[in-house]
Amino acid sequence: MVPNVKDNRPVNLDIGTMRLPITAWASITHRASGVLLFVGMAVLLWLLDVSLHSAESFASLSDCLDNVFAKLVIWAVVSGLIYHTLAGIKHLIMDFGIGETMEGGVLGARIVIALSVVLIIIAGAWIW
Amino acid sequence: MVRAVTSFGRSGLSDWLLQRVTAVILVAYFLCIGASLLGGVSYAEWKSMFEGTAMRIFTLLAVLSLAAHAWIGMWSVGTDYLTERLMGKTGNVLRLAYQIGCGLVIFVYVIWTIQILWG
Ligand code: HEM
Ligand code: HEM
Repeated sequence: MVPNVKDNRPVNLDIGTMRLPITAWASITHRASGVLLFVGMAVLLWLLDVSLHSAESFASLSDCLDNVFAKLVIWAVVSGLIYHTLAGIKHLIMDFGIGETMEGGVLGARIVIALSVVLIIIAGAWIW
Repeated sequence: MVRAVTSFGRSGLSDWLLQRVTAVILVAYFLCIGASLLGGVSYAEWKSMFEGTAMRIFTLLAVLSLAAHAWIGMWSVGTDYLTERLMGKTGNVLRLAYQIGCGLVIFVYVIWTIQILWG
């Protein structure tokens, strides 16, 4: 490979020393929520299992869901799903070449974060 | 070219596409479930909804999509952090263990779903 840049330029790839732009936060949160969902699917599948097993187990769910901790767990998984889905849809839109500029990226990240906050609050209200 | 034996389709492009196709299926499925839960459901309604063949096929499609999507997604995460570059040789061992773990979890999710639907 022919070096076509000067090698003596300063390089800083120590990400811990950088202030992350909003696009980077949107991105890492998408990753974190994806991993959360991978684990959270166990909770959702368990809910599906209990809710379909029998009329009694369906009814017992509403008892359990009086429990604050149980509500928090479910809210966390649903929040992860909301954020991951909205950020995922942003990914798909950008894959079509829309909003790929710096301004577009910042705007997209802002829209995703704002919409997620609103939907997550609504989901919380719905669970409680 | 790097031969990625642990990726899903053995090719970055096919994994990329599959992750997107499965994402769309998953959104459709969760919207469908969300819409039916929104107004509140009785046990009878809920149960009969999952007794229909269409819903069973859709649910199976969703969990198979999840399997591919999650494999590709967790692979991307694992190959970024559990690496030889970041942790030396242990990185490779850890990554292999991590991939086996992910595969097992995915396997359980798929079988569990089949069990819920037809058990
Ligand atoms: C997503 C998470 C959870 C789900 C779906 C869930 C589901 C259930 C179900 C189906 C029951 C009824 C069992 C029966 O009566 O046979 C139950 C009962 C119960 N769960 Fe959970 N659970 C979850 C998490 C939690 C957590 C994290 C806690 C507490 C730390 C908790 C505390 C309880 C308590 C105290 C009961 C007994 C309630 C009663 O019978 O009045 N649950 N749960
Ligand atoms: C339901 C369970 C889901 C799980 C467990 C899951 C998990 C993951 C994981 C672990 C990643 C890798 C993240 C990364 O590399 O940074 C990922 C990526 C992705 N997810 Fe999901 N996901 C789920 C649902 C969805 C849904 C509903 C969408 C809808 C749009 C979606 C869209 C995406 C997209 C577009 C990517 C690719 C991101 C990229 O290429 O960097 N996912 N997912």
